Amino acid sequence: MGAMSALIEGSIFVVKDNIDTDQIIPAQYLNLVPTIPDEYEKLGSYALIGLPENLYPTRFMTDGKMKTEYAIVVAGRNFGCGSSREHAPIAMGAAGVEAVIAESYARIFFRNCVATGELYPVESTSRLCDVLKTGQRGKLDLDASSLVVEGKTYSLKALGEVKPVIDEGGIFNFARKQGLIAAQQ
Amino acid sequence: MTLTEKLFARASGKSNVNPGDNVWVKVDVLMTHDVCGPGTIGVFKREFGNNAKVWDRERVVIIPDHYIFTADSKSNRNVDILRDFVREQGIKYFYDVIDDPNGSWHFDPSKGQLKRQFGSNFAGVCHTALPAKGHTRPGEILLGTDSHTCMAGAFNQFATGIGNTDAGFVLGTGKLLLKVPETMRFHLVGELPKGVMAKDVILHVIGDIGFDGATYRAMQFDGPGAHALNMDDRMTIANMAIEAGGKNAIFEFDETTRAYVDERTKRNGTRAQYEPVEPDRDQKFIYDKTFDLSKLEPTVAKDPDPGQRALARECADIQLDRAYIGSCTGGKTSDFLAFARVVNGKRVKIDTFGVPATPDVVIELQTTLWEGKSVWSILESAGVLMTENASCAACLGGPADTFGRLNRPMNCITATNRNFPGRMGHKESKVFLASPYTVAASALTGHITDPREYLG
Repeated sequence: MGAMSALIEGSIFVVKDNIDTDQIIPAQYLNLVPTIPDEYEKLGSYALIGLPENLYPTRFMTDGKMKTEYAIVVAGRNFGCGSSREHAPIAMGAAGVEAVIAESYARIFFRNCVATGELYPVESTSRLCDVLKTGQRGKLDLDASSLVVEGKTYSLKALGEVKPVIDEGGIFNFARKQGLIAAQQ
Repeated sequence: MTLTEKLFARASGKSNVNPGDNVWVKVDVLMTHDVCGPGTIGVFKREFGNNAKVWDRERVVIIPDHYIFTADSKSNRNVDILRDFVREQGIKYFYDVIDDPNGSWHFDPSKGQLKRQFGSNFAGVCHTALPAKGHTRPGEILLGTDSHTCMAGAFNQFATGIGNTDAGFVLGTGKLLLKVPETMRFHLVGELPKGVMAKDVILHVIGDIGFDGATYRAMQFDGPGAHALNMDDRMTIANMAIEAGGKNAIFEFDETTRAYVDERTKRNGTRAQYEPVEPDRDQKFIYDKTFDLSKLEPTVAKDPDPGQRALARECADIQLDRAYIGSCTGGKTSDFLAFARVVNGKRVKIDTFGVPATPDVVIELQTTLWEGKSVWSILESAGVLMTENASCAACLGGPADTFGRLNRPMNCITATNRNFPGRMGHKESKVFLASPYTVAASALTGHITDPREYLG
């Protein structure tokens, strides 16, 4: 968490439509409490472990590793649907994901990304999940709202008013900076 | 204004709001449970300090219900974290698993899964317990750290699910910045025909608008068809608004709402005053469609999402390994009575699990007699594995020792609310959502079955 750069460079992991919170972090791991530091790290090690193997033979996490090699997740429609569990954006953030680029989001997941400041939920203007492949390198520019992959530039929707909140590391830091709540004792 | 807009206007102290407005909303009740409560408490303490007090100790309702009857030590610990916080803060409404306020919770697997292992305060699944314990009131704002919090929209209130961080903010301030949603109107007319239940209504609607058809939107159910439904049925419908991406569901207030709410607040001694919102003449809807309930048939949502609508009679080729009845949406007394009507005097052909939503449901099933036999014993005689340990159980998978969990790839038909891959356990399982009638008929045959032929 904390202020992030407007440029995110790294490997891309591609998923399709309707990736729900059980695929992002299966319910059996909800016994982990995100505000307990070692359980936060542990949540990261299970990020996207619920994706069926037959559909996603390349795994997002390598067994035994706490961090993923993918900084950017590209997805189709309705990413993060299902439960309100904040464990979902937290698991991805803890694993090292910096941004998701999806065609659309489920409401609570989007809000939880912003509230926690864990990752940037960016919307694409075309169906990138049918164009891009897992393992490609991408350069995401949050100010220019673009993604460059193998020399080709894809335009994205601007993050708008949520970007400064995530830049600050979530709603509490942002609200304090704006004077909406008192500074921390 | 629509019903939802009127609730937002009232809660934000404004005379008028429009969809898209971001407004600070005053929260009437915040609910959390064992899965998201410890993290919410962690956020609250991290951000407001170790000695901070919640904004109102009578408006926080804590209901352990998710991972209770499991030997998983972290899950047991999470219930203890809730109890410690309740004691420290003097929170009035805590429906603990055990009776000792200084004790700690350990599930004892050697006693088995079927016999009661909870104390006198336990309330079961939060969304069913909230109304039963008198915490749902017309005209109010209810936020909960669970996506199915939208179920309380049945009571003419704004209710939605939020994350731990937002809930931590509410714990400290009693407020939250929320966007006013656009409203979709589902105008219900006609009466449900034989064999068709409220579950079929919402599965039909979700199939109509798609799994994300209501994203960011309010789903308003009104018309004579809505008023003809009892509160259990309205709850079943409101519960699954989230399965179409909806922010909330909302029903109009009527005599049925009043009778239900007044009885529960009186019985439990909870706040009894409330002010419903009435519909304006000039409501603006982004979608407005009439549904004739008399035309509906038993409906199924096929794997792998709640929008995969099909008619039960068209799915007879789908073989099943398991049937399940339970959860906030499908584990109410009325759901089990419907199930029992179908299986009474017969024998299920596949493994069938029954998990009542609340301890009250257990008692009602054990004391309701049909020709001298309790409904509970009728279900057991039909081969249904009934547990007294009311909880969310296998609806959301849970730890590996959870009652009814799908621990290997299999096909399961269920009266619960969600069927994404892995929802009930194994990620290669296939889950089919249906009404208690349809789940019961399918349990008897071992394949998806239209229940109408089993209802005289």
